[in-house]
Amino acid sequence: MKLALLNALNEERAARRAAVVVTALESGAQRLVKAAEVAGDELREALEKRLRSGKSGNEETPDGKVFLTVFAPPPRLVVTGAVHISQELGPMAQRLGYDVAIIDPRTAFATPERFANVKLFADWPDKVLPDLGIDAHTAFCVLTHDPKIDDPALLHALSKDCFYIGALGSKRTHASRLERLKSKGASDARLARIHAPIGLDIGAVSPAEIAVSILAEITARLRLGDGALK
Amino acid sequence: MAQEDLLATAASWRGQGRKVALATVTETWGSAPRPVGSNLVIDGEGNFLGSVSGGCVEGAVVAEALDVIESGKPKLVSFGVADETAWEVGLSCGGKISVYVERVE
Repeated sequence: MKLALLNALNEERAARRAAVVVTALESGAQRLVKAAEVAGDELREALEKRLRSGKSGNEETPDGKVFLTVFAPPPRLVVTGAVHISQELGPMAQRLGYDVAIIDPRTAFATPERFANVKLFADWPDKVLPDLGIDAHTAFCVLTHDPKIDDPALLHALSKDCFYIGALGSKRTHASRLERLKSKGASDARLARIHAPIGLDIGAVSPAEIAVSILAEITARLRLGDGALK
Repeated sequence: MAQEDLLATAASWRGQGRKVALATVTETWGSAPRPVGSNLVIDGEGNFLGSVSGGCVEGAVVAEALDVIESGKPKLVSFGVADETAWEVGLSCGGKISVYVERVE
């Protein structure tokens, strides 16, 4: 691989733009196709298929076998609540490869001292979320316990195709949350996408253990898909 | 704290003037431990980061990489229980993998 190609590829990855490296395994010839260039490429169909699935692999072409290495943007974790659980959840999710953003308008919670290495937004979800571009590569958790903060965030998440949505709170808390969201127009089908109480039931007690249970649930959704949990 | 970024590492090693090879899993059969697209980054001294198997064949891939760093010719190598060398560098899980090894120029 030419260093120039590697550098161009790393630039796309840093900007959260998808790209594919096409390698002719016989000759070693190699090129980079950026997401924006796929439509005009001779391998368009194969490239689009690979980008959708996110899976690298071999393709037969008129010019011989090529290997397509797919680089999709890393998954993202967006959290409302700069709370104790989030302090554990953020770094753990980063270890798993997630870009992490934490949102909390309560400036006593959302301090750089408590959240040194994650993106932190000390503002209301309504202000922050539209600019984040929540997408299918996003897992969304609401952890504040405060309907003024969590409800608008959930309504935003439900209107996007996040691969995971989880909400902290007991079954009773969640039941009243569902009533509130329904009164704001969310359909039952949409509300059924919320995982609550959040996380796999592993008897988690400490904030770090709760973070593990949440990330286990998110990982199952990411890797096993829709039917995995319910 | 973030997951190690192997391609950024490859670029920075090369930028420092180190000789670098990149190994990529191109195909897997059976219960291979690492998915297609997984990388191993190797330098001319045999230092490496990442993985292409669960640790079963990394040693052999590093040896191939040192060859490729010398010759500049990319190589496609396969490992698995069907190999003659299975006893030495086979995958104990019973899987089979192909790995493309290339020099970063």
